[in-house]
Amino acid sequence: MPIQYYIILAAALFCIGVVGVLIRRNAIIIFMCIELMLNSVNLLLVAFSKMQYTPANGNKSLALNIGSDAQIFVFFIMVVAAAEVSVGLAIIVMMYRNVHSTDVNFLNRLKN
Amino acid sequence: MNAIIFSAGWGMVMMFCSFLISNKSMYRHIAVIGLLLLLAVNILESGGTSVFHVDAGDMLVYTRFGYVFNSIAIASTLIYVLLTGKDIERLGNYVAEYFVLIFFVLCGVCILSAYNNLLMLFIGIEILSIPLYILTGSDKRNLKSNEAALKYFLMGSFSTGIMLMGIALMYGGTGTFSLEVARTEVGLYKGVSFLEIIGLLLLMVSMCFKVSAAPFHFWTPDVYDGAPAVFTSFMATIVKAAGFIAFLKLCSVRMTATSTAIDWQLLFAIIIIATLLFGNITAIFQQSVKRMLAYSSIAQAGFMLFALFSLNEYASKGLLLYAAAYSLATIGVFAVLVKMKDVTFEGFNGLAKTQPVLAASNTIFLLSLAGIPLTAGFLAKYYMLASIISTGHYIWLVVVAVLFAAVSVYYYFRVIQSMYFKTGEPQTETITKSFKIGLVVLAAIIIIIGVYPQAIFSWLYF
Repeated sequence: MPIQYYIILAAALFCIGVVGVLIRRNAIIIFMCIELMLNSVNLLLVAFSKMQYTPANGNKSLALNIGSDAQIFVFFIMVVAAAEVSVGLAIIVMMYRNVHSTDVNFLNRLKN
Repeated sequence: MNAIIFSAGWGMVMMFCSFLISNKSMYRHIAVIGLLLLLAVNILESGGTSVFHVDAGDMLVYTRFGYVFNSIAIASTLIYVLLTGKDIERLGNYVAEYFVLIFFVLCGVCILSAYNNLLMLFIGIEILSIPLYILTGSDKRNLKSNEAALKYFLMGSFSTGIMLMGIALMYGGTGTFSLEVARTEVGLYKGVSFLEIIGLLLLMVSMCFKVSAAPFHFWTPDVYDGAPAVFTSFMATIVKAAGFIAFLKLCSVRMTATSTAIDWQLLFAIIIIATLLFGNITAIFQQSVKRMLAYSSIAQAGFMLFALFSLNEYASKGLLLYAAAYSLATIGVFAVLVKMKDVTFEGFNGLAKTQPVLAASNTIFLLSLAGIPLTAGFLAKYYMLASIISTGHYIWLVVVAVLFAAVSVYYYFRVIQSMYFKTGEPQTETITKSFKIGLVVLAAIIIIIGVYPQAIFSWLYF
């Protein structure tokens, strides 16, 4: 399949995520939309990795086969996303304990 | 490299201390020992003797510039812990953990000053940000702190998503994550591609989020205001300076390489003017000193953006000096602010009568922030403006910058005015003698850097 399909799919997922962050009012849904953005990036990275792949073919200056580093990047994104989830859900729970809601419209005490 | 290992390692050590040692005030001393060790290790490594020899390949490249910045960041943190360590202890039951998180943030700072690969940029930014989300929400019962933490978290991870998209697109365009693309050698690179430009733009948006440059600054006042004042001080200084160092490296390598395709200088000029305008004008109307400082930190970010605009010798030197001057002065102002019970301008009324030492040193910090000669802040601003003049383009930016610096004098001097020329009964926490000595020493350092900036620069060259 040509790379354009992957780029369009990833861009569509990413845009759904961005729009979700901007228009939804529930903290957990916003959070899910952010995860969607991260996962669209994962998809794109894997697709690009396949696109850029060139075997080293005895070329000593290339330590790795070009293109395989993006797949490693995907694992880093997964790990960091998991770390973010653990902190983020803790913050949302802390918020819920105090105001009994996860609606971000409650977040206006600092405005004045 | 050793600074990264030691800061992460000392964070671990302090985690164990949190359940092995029950004496609260011990944690502060352990943190100070750790920071001294970190500073010593970093300075030794810049001199060529390192404890661990790690081959990070192409991922991390330490330069003299990076070492000097690390030293500035660690030394500022040391001063911060010495001055406000006691206030951190008053915050809650998990004192050791707060210091652990500060060490982890420093680990992120050390990665950001050395990264040479977009993977390391991403990891560094995340190691820097995730502990900060926790520190922002550390006052668990306070709704404002909760709100600030949630806002910071949602905004921060949103901008991380944008950054990752940018990195992915840049990878699609160039075929490598390495910052300095070995373009001809790899044989893949076929000129600046559309994907790379879009990726760089997204990366720039997300870095603007992190350093709170307009139009992506809107989270800053709320987060800085809602977070406990002791941690605002840390966030607004060391973390922000590290963001700028990372941004500078990104600009000076990748953006100069693509400058044929897009006019980055024009983009930065627009961002600078928006940042200066928004930060300064809204800071004027604030009633709370803490919130005023939050807006003024946006304005100061506007000045630091000049380094990214001009990208020359003056700019990198000036950014180091700016990081030092701004961090030290802001840490000082916040150290005084934390001691005040009322953080509005009225709360400072008559402080010069009751606490003359506090008022005098606070005046020096504020003068440095405003950029009055003989303080470090003046030279920092001078270098930033000189960097633009030496590029020869957009000279009118200098005029705009000087005008806004004059505006900033107004709101900084309002604090001085209420301390010296108004009468009132300011309520403060108990102030120890050692705290006063610390403040005086910090003020002296600011004046010494202002009179003799070579103290920092001489490090850069030998």
